[in-house]
Amino acid sequence: MEASEKSHDVLVIGGGNAALCAAISARRAGASVLVLEGAPKFYRGGNTRHTRNMRCAHDSATETLSGPYSEDEFFDDLMRVTQGHTDEDLARFMISQSKEILNWIPEQGVRFQPSLGGTLSLGRTNSFFLGGGRSMLNALYLTAEKLGVDIRYDAEVTDLDIEDSMFLSATVKNGAGPEFIRARTLVAAAGGFEANIEWLKEYWGPPAENFLIRGTPYNRGTVLKMLIERGVQEIGDPTQCHAVAIDARAPKFDGGIITRLDCVVFGIVVNRNCERFYDEGEDIWPKRYAIWGRLVAAQPDQIAYIVFDASSLKLFMPSCFPPIEAQSIGDLAGELELDSSALENTVATFNAAVRPGTFDDKILDDCRTEGISPPKSHWARRIETPPFYAYPVRPGITFTYLGTGVNRDARMLMKDGKPAGNMFAAGEIMAGNVLGRGYAAGIGMTIGSVFGRIAGREAAKNARN
Amino acid sequence: MPATESAHVTMPHASATLAEADRLMTLCNSCRYCEGLCAVFPAMEMRRAFPDGDLNYLANLCHGCGACYFDCQFAPPHEFNVNVPRVLAKARADSYATYTWPRALAPMFARNGLAISLVAALCVAAFILGFVGVQDRSVLFGVNTGPGAFFKLMPHRTMVILFGAAFIYALVAMAMEMLIFWRDIGEPRQTLTRSGPLLDAVRDTFRLRYLEGGKMGCFNEDERPTDRRRIYHHLTFYGFLLCFAATCVASVYHYLGREAPYAWYEPPVILGTIGGIGLLIGPAGLLAAKFYRDPDMLDKPRRGMDIAFIAMLFLTSLTGLALLVLRSGPAMGILLAIHLGFVFAFFITMPYGKFVHGLYRFAALIRYAKESRARHNPDVPVVAASAAVTGQGGSRP
Repeated sequence: MEASEKSHDVLVIGGGNAALCAAISARRAGASVLVLEGAPKFYRGGNTRHTRNMRCAHDSATETLSGPYSEDEFFDDLMRVTQGHTDEDLARFMISQSKEILNWIPEQGVRFQPSLGGTLSLGRTNSFFLGGGRSMLNALYLTAEKLGVDIRYDAEVTDLDIEDSMFLSATVKNGAGPEFIRARTLVAAAGGFEANIEWLKEYWGPPAENFLIRGTPYNRGTVLKMLIERGVQEIGDPTQCHAVAIDARAPKFDGGIITRLDCVVFGIVVNRNCERFYDEGEDIWPKRYAIWGRLVAAQPDQIAYIVFDASSLKLFMPSCFPPIEAQSIGDLAGELELDSSALENTVATFNAAVRPGTFDDKILDDCRTEGISPPKSHWARRIETPPFYAYPVRPGITFTYLGTGVNRDARMLMKDGKPAGNMFAAGEIMAGNVLGRGYAAGIGMTIGSVFGRIAGREAAKNARN
Repeated sequence: MPATESAHVTMPHASATLAEADRLMTLCNSCRYCEGLCAVFPAMEMRRAFPDGDLNYLANLCHGCGACYFDCQFAPPHEFNVNVPRVLAKARADSYATYTWPRALAPMFARNGLAISLVAALCVAAFILGFVGVQDRSVLFGVNTGPGAFFKLMPHRTMVILFGAAFIYALVAMAMEMLIFWRDIGEPRQTLTRSGPLLDAVRDTFRLRYLEGGKMGCFNEDERPTDRRRIYHHLTFYGFLLCFAATCVASVYHYLGREAPYAWYEPPVILGTIGGIGLLIGPAGLLAAKFYRDPDMLDKPRRGMDIAFIAMLFLTSLTGLALLVLRSGPAMGILLAIHLGFVFAFFITMPYGKFVHGLYRFAALIRYAKESRARHNPDVPVVAASAAVTGQGGSRP
């Protein structure tokens, strides 16, 4: 085994927003820094590649934010989406730190713009990256390179040498063989295990084979697993992941944002047997989209079909795949390789149950069904105007909740609750501390930037002592 | 199912490039992360379907700043293979041939580099031969100075008729081409009569607003925003305008009875010299940038067209400056013939080379300015409704 010639003060494992914020802040604090990104250069950055905004508290409107977003309001939002599954102290601390991040991130070369078309509801709370997440990454990498941070791609960490809560070295896969990398301190910012189908199967069983992964295939959680195995405190529900229903025609990995479908509320959703299985109009879509991944995962073959008619086609953001189209419900079933009479029957039963109402997709309107189970509580309109359309959907996994425990310094906690000697964590790998359940747009990036910046600074300080 | 096939195109297109442009715009329209970078993406968002006319409009609206390529999570090697700068560059170059007037000259764009070189060589040769054939050796190779020196070699009237005719022809041809473009994108003529969009377009052109990458800077070689093409284009564009101004001022001088050549401190020479220097540095910079450009973004078969146009600007300027420096010596006669040959060739090839990019882009900017104003003014109906207005979409990962 070869040992690396140069030993760094801070070793950052990972290559996304949290990792780069940590690397930059450690370097700015005077430390020598090495970043090991497991992905090739094009795929660098993990889930950050697919992000587009971050949620930071601010006291007044800015050039790109339409109004104030107080710390208390942010905290209330977090409590609501997590249903209280959060470390309140750490969450309040993160929210207060997010105010500075609003200035710090642009100082690292990232540019903000007003909210994107189609996301106007976030214009007050969320800062959007000009050009999206990959543009943000490009800016952070450029800044890190200019500061003299060493960066290696295709550098998958296969082992960690940890003794008594002290990180000693990491082993990296290398063309010639495994390579030892030593450093005074470690920042783990290597994300979750959403792309690790084998691991997902431990909790979901064989259905996990049919899951689509919305990010790159490199989010395998190997670093997370090694840390937990070597005595770091585990946090968050290991069985849970953020799963939404995405277009079934999406690639297995890295389909990103453009495979999303926002049309469940406009039609009905049936499984392979042409049966409806959940109230499509239970609540407004932003509050319900995140349950549909799990709902579809529970259906046979983990597939479902959103069926709607011509009257709804232009009511939602276009997706990257055109809907499957037919002139009759029977033909549509044929296109989908479903039982024609079964689908016709389901649609007819649904249509007969629709009560008259005034359709308004901006509120919880009074268009609902009566006498069927499950009901459709809002936006229920008869599916009767050809052409008829369908989108096949499968569970799309965005991220996992399992992580490492940390304190306010982003220092990892060991199983006994004691702070680790020289190990820090930032980003999705520790997000479960703050976000134990649910999701609010842009919060993953807030966690990454806030704790990345702190982890880098504290690791640099730790390396000096 | 490969994504490139399943994200299929739902309407017929005139070419594979336009079909690919449709695929990309449909895909980009479901992402929209790039909407702050330039005009193309906001214009795209105002549409749900992309017929050829609209794609040609978008292609000519694209300045090739490269930001969307390096910002895109779906750019190659990703299987979605989203390469907007390259595909729109191809569609743009194709559109130049489609709009050629007269139609019979469309093949000029097939191997444009060769065609332009041949025309230039023929023009230069014709002027040299003409000078040699018409003039006495002692005049051609003699030292001619003082007012009217150039016109000893070629009478002013002949020069005006020859170059006036060439220039007027170019203007007529380009006006026709612009009209064909305007009709193809389906924009009514009235748009051209509204001062607001026109002024917006002039402002965006003179500033080259869409070579700013949304203020982040432009991309050419790699993911670093180190591109200098905007500066080089400014040098070229304003250099060209200064040279044009020099010619106009000189004409006025002539009819006021003051004949060329003029002293170095006179306005025609000052304007021409500054403009000429811009026309050396600008094109040289643009040419270098072409060679450094990430090959993935290039429409490689069309590089000849770009190089020919850049070379024509450069050589016209170089021969003009050489004439200025050496005009009091015996080389003046031949240099004048060469310079006039390049200027003539430049004029007559204007409608059949890269020069037309400015026309179509300016026209596209006018349409965009109109659409953009309508979008921000709720009283005016927008081209196509976007889902941005519904309360259901958007706010999620």
